Amino acid sequence: MPSFIRHPKDFWIGVIFLFIGLAAVVIGRTYTMGTAGRMGPGYFPAVLGWLLALIGVIAVVRSFFREGEPIGRLAVKESALILSAVLLFGFLIRGGGVLIAVFAVVLGSAYASGKFRWRSAVPLALGLSIFAMVVFIQLLGLPIAIVGPWFGG
Amino acid sequence: MELFSNLGLGFETAFTLTNLAYCLLGVFLGTAVGVLPGLGPIATIAMLLPATFSLAPISALIMLAGIYYGAQYGGSTTAILVNLPGESSSVVTAIDGYQMARQGHAGKALATAALGSFFAGTVATMLLALFAPPLADLALKFGPAEYFSLMVLGLVASVVLASGSLLNAIGMVILGLLLGLIGSDVNSGAQRYTFDLPELADGINFVIVAMGMFGLGEIIRNLEHESTRTVMMKRVSGLMLSKEDLKRIIAPVLRGTALGAALGILPGGGAMLASFAAYSIEKKVSRNSAQFGKGAIEGVAAPESANNAGAQTSFIPMLTLGIPSNPVMALMIGAMIIQGIQPGPAVMTEQPSLFWGLIVSMWIGNFFLVVLNLPMIGLWVRMIMVPYHHLYPAILMFCSIGVFSLNNSDFDVYLMALFGLFGYICAKLEAEPAPMLLGFIIGPMMEEYLRRAMLLSHSNALVFFQRPISATMLVMAILALGVVLLPALRSKREEAFKEDA
Repeated sequence: MPSFIRHPKDFWIGVIFLFIGLAAVVIGRTYTMGTAGRMGPGYFPAVLGWLLALIGVIAVVRSFFREGEPIGRLAVKESALILSAVLLFGFLIRGGGVLIAVFAVVLGSAYASGKFRWRSAVPLALGLSIFAMVVFIQLLGLPIAIVGPWFGG
Repeated sequence: MELFSNLGLGFETAFTLTNLAYCLLGVFLGTAVGVLPGLGPIATIAMLLPATFSLAPISALIMLAGIYYGAQYGGSTTAILVNLPGESSSVVTAIDGYQMARQGHAGKALATAALGSFFAGTVATMLLALFAPPLADLALKFGPAEYFSLMVLGLVASVVLASGSLLNAIGMVILGLLLGLIGSDVNSGAQRYTFDLPELADGINFVIVAMGMFGLGEIIRNLEHESTRTVMMKRVSGLMLSKEDLKRIIAPVLRGTALGAALGILPGGGAMLASFAAYSIEKKVSRNSAQFGKGAIEGVAAPESANNAGAQTSFIPMLTLGIPSNPVMALMIGAMIIQGIQPGPAVMTEQPSLFWGLIVSMWIGNFFLVVLNLPMIGLWVRMIMVPYHHLYPAILMFCSIGVFSLNNSDFDVYLMALFGLFGYICAKLEAEPAPMLLGFIIGPMMEEYLRRAMLLSHSNALVFFQRPISATMLVMAILALGVVLLPALRSKREEAFKEDA
């Protein structure tokens, strides 16, 4: 990190605000603006987008002058595992059915913990799959296949 | 008296077997999930919300309200037993509650919390019944300008009360407002920020945002520094309060209730502010102030009564004006819209049985809390002891299935993952997600009222200051911002947040 950034947290949240604000303005350029009295679909988003960008700029500029703590360790491995487990659930739920999808999200996310043990995680995943099948499908009647078409369900 | 006939109607609605059962179920599930460390009321409600979609509107709302105060109370239980407040409103309860538990008085602390909450809940429910009708009458006179200004005030209040950087909180509100605009514009039907994805045409469901930011984001954050928890008491006994204890808690409970009820009505207020204001006041006025921080029973009684009173009275602006004063109420509004009820002053006149039924059910729910929680404390302790590395995969399962079941759409699940990542990043950068969620729900309403107000005033932006009610609210918003921006008070505010963090 360059040394002129004294408050990295403020700097990065500012960058995020600035980026999203400008993106909202740029994407929103195609929407009809209308007038203040008859606002089109583009009016309010443009105002908000510019405001957000402005706040982003203030945060970035301020981060050059105000001292702040470093961001600290990013849990890259943990977030990657948790998020992929959830994505995998989304990918599997239709084709694979609830048993497979729940097994995947539970086992995959459990792996992110430093206390992961196959011996306890596999039974947990199996147990929760069966729990989900009984509670969500059989009791609450959600329209999800227990075993999806990919596995001959 | 009209009040009694109204309450009578409420009892009629709430005392059906079905609604009593949903109330009980809500309180039970809310407490069960609420005691789990790291899950506050927002995540709890978001997680359990899909389960209520298939119910009749009144049953769904009764169950959700039950989940809310169940979660609230569950959070206090965890705060007392493991010094791990699941939510911001029980942070202060943990200070003295945990000390009491360490000295072997966990039972007393829990009983105090339960009785204080019940008393506060009863009083606040009465206040709700008394003040809702006149407020709804007043709200019927509100035009779009008043509504817009009220929303501005609500958002400003949520920003002022957010801990951490003011600028970040404002940014998060605006970001939330923008995200709320995704989908079809109600006026023109134009597609905004949908990237030609049909899944975004109806906008993003608020459950996805809430679960992603408060559920997933929080889990990743907790995994950053895993630690082992120790439960103070494996066996909780001595739930009875002595006469002397009762004497000691009466005044704190009364003060806490009054303060909580008042703060709960304020936009941006609610349980969190109420509990920590009550604690600091009690610490100043109490005769036992020296004991505070070392296990003073007053330090549990006051904030617990306050947060329950605040939780209850925060329903007042939600039910009468249709405006959420905090993220939990924002979720309730979202739930009402899903049930086909447009929140606002008309609810009371058009659906009186729903309105009064809900209010009466709150009181019943508070009663259930006492009778259910104290005897079942053994079960809650066992739930708290579930190790986190077994708990969070289960939470993820609930979130994933819940979000998928909204529209049977895998896209929603991917979107939740995205919000989870964003929630984690925000947490790392100390930008609070609560103002964003509030902005997200208010966004479309706010745009609509702004448009109408400007149309009616023939594009005269001064209209917001020309109408007295609207002007008052805007001035209050400006004052609130000004107060926080003043350097002297600013350091005080930071101190206040630090003290309790």
